[in-house]
Amino acid sequence: MRGIFLFCAVFSILALGCICVFLLANGLPFIGKVGLGNFFGTKWDIHNGDYGILSMIVASLYVTALSMIFGVSLGLLTAVSLYKFCPRRAVAPIRQMVNLLAGIPSVIYGLFGLIIIVPFLRDYISPNGVGYGILATSLVLSVMVLPTIVGVSLDALNAVPKNYYEGALALGATKEQGVFKVMLPAAKSGIMAAVVLSIGRAIGETMAVIMVIGGSPAMPTSLFQSVRTLTANIAMGATELSGDPMTALVATGVVLFFFALLLNASFSLLKGGEKRENKRASKANS
Amino acid sequence: MKTSAHQRQILKYAAYKLAAQAALAMTLIALIAVIIFILVRGIPHINMQLLFGDYTSRAPSLKPALVGTLYLIVIALSIAAPIGIGSAIFLSEYTNSKSRLIRIVRVAVETLAGIPSIVYGVFGYVVFVVTLGFGYSLIGGGITLAIMILPVIVRSTEESLLAVPRSLREGSFALGSSKVRTTFAVVLPCAASGMVTSLILAVGRVVSESAVLILTIGMAVRVIPQNVTSAGTSLALNVYYFGSHGYPEQAAATGVVLLVLVVAINIIATVLGKVFGKGELADG
Amino acid sequence: MDERFNITVRGCDLYYGDLHALKNINIDIEEHAVTALIGPSGCGKSTFIRMLNRMNDLVDDCRITGEIKIGEQDIYAKGTDVTMLRKNVGMVFQKPNPFPMSVYDNVAFAPRTFGIRRKRELDGIVEHSLRRAGLWDEARDRLRKNALDLSGGQQQRLCIARALAADPKILLMDEPTSALDPISTGIIEELIDELELDYTIVIVTHNMQQAARISHKTAFFLLGEIVEYGRTEDIFTNPKDKRTENYITGRFG
Repeated sequence: MRGIFLFCAVFSILALGCICVFLLANGLPFIGKVGLGNFFGTKWDIHNGDYGILSMIVASLYVTALSMIFGVSLGLLTAVSLYKFCPRRAVAPIRQMVNLLAGIPSVIYGLFGLIIIVPFLRDYISPNGVGYGILATSLVLSVMVLPTIVGVSLDALNAVPKNYYEGALALGATKEQGVFKVMLPAAKSGIMAAVVLSIGRAIGETMAVIMVIGGSPAMPTSLFQSVRTLTANIAMGATELSGDPMTALVATGVVLFFFALLLNASFSLLKGGEKRENKRASKANS
Repeated sequence: MKTSAHQRQILKYAAYKLAAQAALAMTLIALIAVIIFILVRGIPHINMQLLFGDYTSRAPSLKPALVGTLYLIVIALSIAAPIGIGSAIFLSEYTNSKSRLIRIVRVAVETLAGIPSIVYGVFGYVVFVVTLGFGYSLIGGGITLAIMILPVIVRSTEESLLAVPRSLREGSFALGSSKVRTTFAVVLPCAASGMVTSLILAVGRVVSESAVLILTIGMAVRVIPQNVTSAGTSLALNVYYFGSHGYPEQAAATGVVLLVLVVAINIIATVLGKVFGKGELADG
Repeated sequence: MDERFNITVRGCDLYYGDLHALKNINIDIEEHAVTALIGPSGCGKSTFIRMLNRMNDLVDDCRITGEIKIGEQDIYAKGTDVTMLRKNVGMVFQKPNPFPMSVYDNVAFAPRTFGIRRKRELDGIVEHSLRRAGLWDEARDRLRKNALDLSGGQQQRLCIARALAADPKILLMDEPTSALDPISTGIIEELIDELELDYTIVIVTHNMQQAARISHKTAFFLLGEIVEYGRTEDIFTNPKDKRTENYITGRFG
């Protein structure tokens, strides 16, 4: 029996190994073939053998950064509000609702973007009559990451020892000062973990993005311009391409995979840091 | 008495508090708006033809997607559930948490959990569509999904196993039971509710997922799949297909179906967790 | 500054929900003296001192009746500014609870809260407070280090410094040495002796030798009531109440 369980446990390692091997074995030779300069260049024109994904990397970072600015500021403040500035009885139901919303399929958010946000931007905001693009994508993504940011930051705040708050109030701080000046900084690494987790969500999100991004492989210059992220490049090409261009998508996947590994590593570091800090605090306080 | 600088400090932080409360309101409005708009746009377009009719270009139907989704759930779960539960049993029952193997397994599980689904899609494409020559197929998509939901099952199953009190295991060993018997007769039944909840949540992931499938099952929206090697589609994939191929009304209606399904799955999981959870408390 | 900082409590009752936690408390606490509160666990000592800086406000179902005055001011009167009250009435907790920030930022917390921003002024307050708490020599080179890296005894002195930086008149100490080793305890007791000249100090302690060593007056709490209150010498050598005698001679508690 032990052998069977052992196999199951090792399966995850094998699966991860397979993913690495297959992606690298298919993606790296392609990058080698077309050359680093071509692959990380600015020009994507598959009919002329140009496979430059730089504009997509930039677009991915662009929408991720924007959605973090909207999503983190809103989500973090929401978490703070749920933590202390909200009727006690409302907290649990809101929390549950936020959890539920975290489980909503990304195509639903994409659809919302497609039928509500894009037309709205096109008709009322956009200077050039284009609704698709970076702003629409960032808005959709910031709504999508809200449940993650709210949930994880609230957990981080709740994990901070309560006696910090008491200590602050005993020094004459108001309730607000206690929360913003002591509790929030003390939850720093947990909140950073929430941000990193959300960055991972945003940069890896595909379906919601392809429904609102437009899809032209151009270098982003405006908020209202059809562009293409790394994920959109893969998904949009997937249904149409074959041969070398299809392999170019696999290579794009490799780049995305590296981003994901990087974010994973920083997330574990931050999470470990949070645990250590709270442990140290509770040790110091006992 | 208060200095004016002190007064300013207090006001500054009171303003922060107002900002926080405004943010809470905005977050709730944004998230509720998503749901409301989908419902309002979609519900009027739900009808029997869309749900169960035969697919035509003029009157698309979800029948192929419903069948496809069912296939995917069965394939993904029948692979991921035994492996995930077995893996969790190994992690919690057969090793001490300091062993190096366990640490590597944990890192692998965490890493798998953090890989974007489109990357799983690329992997599935390379392995099943290209290397193994299946072409677009439900089995390829299902296996890829199985790997993707594995971390969910491993982590939550392990959690419910670790929640089983040590004393129960010791009690069983003291009666002369073997490790295997203890695991199957004592530990697993106690952790059953948690495990069922985790499997239901995994079903939710399968139903929600679409990025993996776009690269592996072929988005064949018209025909009902005949067997696991057929190309196919899923509900979530159809939302995208309808949305981007000129069927916005059907997209919204499909969105409603998907939304209701996912919310129902989540509620069932929560309720089951609570019901069983109470039972366990009473027993223990 | 002719404001007085003695504490007068008249006919005070405190309830947590249905629990009658403090019963008809009457006590006069003198200025510039150390008053010790002793008694078995759960008898209301901590509840009592948390009433004096209104920390019990944080407890949802806590209700207080009666009159508590600091100097001439009724601290539970409508319109009382709780933050100014807590500025004047500092508190040191049972477990050292430095904030997870630098030593400097911990001590500067209260002044900053009250709107002091100039660095020179803050530097002065930090140094002065750390000196008063006897921590300056150990901490001057690690002002920028995280406060949680200090030892337990140093952390508690840091908390005292942090409280002093708010420029309080009264210092409430809730078993400040119960989590510390004997050497740190000794240092803090000496510190209390020095601070007595400038502050009104109320200290809750489980340690009767400590009460005898450092306090001028002692109140014995039992089951939410003050059984006996008087000069420390009298309480320990010649208790009037049989229950006090039983407690200090170790027959229960």
